[in-house]
Amino acid sequence: MYRYDEFDHQLVAERVEQFRGQVARRVAGEITEDAFKPLRLMNGVYLQLHAYMLRVAIPYGTLSSKQMRMLAHLAREYDRGYGHFTTRQNIQYNWPALDRIPDLLQELASVEMHAIQTSGNCIRNVTSDQYAGAIADEVEDPRIISEIIRQWSTFHPEFSYLPRKFKIAVTGHKNDRAAIKLHDIGIVIVKNAAGEIGYEVHVGGGQGRTPFIAKKMSDFVPAAQLLAYLEAVMRVYNMLGRRDNSYKARIKILVHETGEEEMRRLVEAEFAKIDASQMLTVPQEEIDRIAAYFAPPALQELPAASASLDAARASDTAFDHWVTTNVVSHVKPGYGIVNISLKPIGGIPGDASDAQMDVIADLAETYAQDEVRVTHEQNLVLPHVKLDDLKTVYDTLLAHGLATPNLGMISDTIACPGLDYCNLANARSIPLAQEISNRFADLDRQYDIGELKIKISGCINACGHHHVGHIGILGVDKKGTEFYQISLGGSADENASLGDITGRAFTEDDIVDAIENLVASYVDLRQGGERFIDTYRRVGMQPFKERLYAE
Amino acid sequence: MAQHSAKGARFQAVTANRLTDGEVVYFTDAGHWSLSFSEAAIADGAEAAEALLAGAMPADFEAHVLDPYLFEVLQDAQTGYQPASVRETIRAKGPTIRLDLGKQAIAS
Repeated sequence: MYRYDEFDHQLVAERVEQFRGQVARRVAGEITEDAFKPLRLMNGVYLQLHAYMLRVAIPYGTLSSKQMRMLAHLAREYDRGYGHFTTRQNIQYNWPALDRIPDLLQELASVEMHAIQTSGNCIRNVTSDQYAGAIADEVEDPRIISEIIRQWSTFHPEFSYLPRKFKIAVTGHKNDRAAIKLHDIGIVIVKNAAGEIGYEVHVGGGQGRTPFIAKKMSDFVPAAQLLAYLEAVMRVYNMLGRRDNSYKARIKILVHETGEEEMRRLVEAEFAKIDASQMLTVPQEEIDRIAAYFAPPALQELPAASASLDAARASDTAFDHWVTTNVVSHVKPGYGIVNISLKPIGGIPGDASDAQMDVIADLAETYAQDEVRVTHEQNLVLPHVKLDDLKTVYDTLLAHGLATPNLGMISDTIACPGLDYCNLANARSIPLAQEISNRFADLDRQYDIGELKIKISGCINACGHHHVGHIGILGVDKKGTEFYQISLGGSADENASLGDITGRAFTEDDIVDAIENLVASYVDLRQGGERFIDTYRRVGMQPFKERLYAE
Repeated sequence: MAQHSAKGARFQAVTANRLTDGEVVYFTDAGHWSLSFSEAAIADGAEAAEALLAGAMPADFEAHVLDPYLFEVLQDAQTGYQPASVRETIRAKGPTIRLDLGKQAIAS
């Protein structure tokens, strides 16, 4: 894991003290809310429906056990005993008091974390593949370049006042688990014919009110030139991105309005302007220094199969299901990648209690090389667990409500906080996720349905990624009452696609029946081993729609 | 600021969030801020509503509460006044998914 150097420590510590002074002056009435609001937002403090909300950045979703324990401690001491893991691999606290947030941030800084650039029109937390460094066939651990981008983009003066917020995601694997094509910039680490590492760069993806799949700007940016290339993209955006209308200010609109070809020409012209002698390149020794932090952990040489695991699976059906569903093959024989579902049946997607976070920290420390990952699908991962230890890890998770064997299933729903918490929301999201989860609670039925990604947003800003759900649900407000619009056929992986709206919206009372109806259509229509998304892509909207709206 | 009252709404109240902790507060007949919707002053008609909002915004309001605004209230024969929208109902009570949190938790 990356460790702060003295400059990182100093920057974060000074920032906490500045914010402490700003909060004190605001509470004393010495500065107005208009003056204070941008300052609190720059430190991740939002005002929601019931209280302030603090968003803490988890760079590329990687945490040590010490950091996870701190997140638990903060939930206990400054909040209401829980935190919410988000689709941006961050954690949000829903109830901190303003005057205690500086103390909270000071404690957070002690484990090399902060809430800087989790709001505002700047480059936000870089997100990545939760299986980084653990999955087979990875070109390179994506956290190395993610960390370099994090350092480059933190407090970058030229990019601190962009037309709108800016999100970068990186994957080092052909199977995209970081939704890179739905980001302002998505980076795929690739190797060219000469075996050199470089970067395929996608620009202009995003969700929200006007969703777009990113356009590929470059097939191969040489490793040494990536930051300069990103600088060129950012400069074009900073100059030409719209500032007159916040709904049209994201780079996706610029790319769309400019056109892919012209955008590429502009970026390349900007890139060409950067003089070779002035070009921002990362010295190899610095790359090596950062890469060393992400060196593969010292794993043992083990046989590929584990006799104790096989025996435990044979004698415990529930455990066997969990291994099948939630454990993924590790690059190293004898190890597995453990997915911890934060989607218990009927539970709140992404929420974890302080006690659960402590348990996960302990497991990470003892059994997983001291690492935890956060996924954009609001689950957690123990990346390096010995197959021999899986049963012990499972038993502990089970005892704490963390062993739901539903990864990728219909009950593994993404949901934004929605109108239960969020000031922007038009409708609630979480209760829908809970109702769907309860309706499809039966595991045999879930496994029969197979992979089905439901994603729910409580407003058009799409934090719940509804545009890229196999089934997407968008909450809308009609005269103070909640309605839900359904879309089908979205996907956030390497074959990214945007969903199509089925038609008129459903009431809260009807929406779960509507989902049931869509699932029934799929079960009738599917051929062979087709997943829901495969069937939809083969047959299209019509058969689903006809049955959905049949009187 | 989003619109929190339908056009032609008859009854309205004024709400805001408290500076120190973001708690939802309501402007009362006595001219102070209460944590409870049941103590909110109810304005009958557009003119009274504007006057209520104006009264809720003294020069130093920024020191105590954030962004006061009007929202629609409905009169119910059984339960008295209630917020008209789901949003304001949730603000008045707490998250519908965690009945142990928010004002509803304190009330029970």
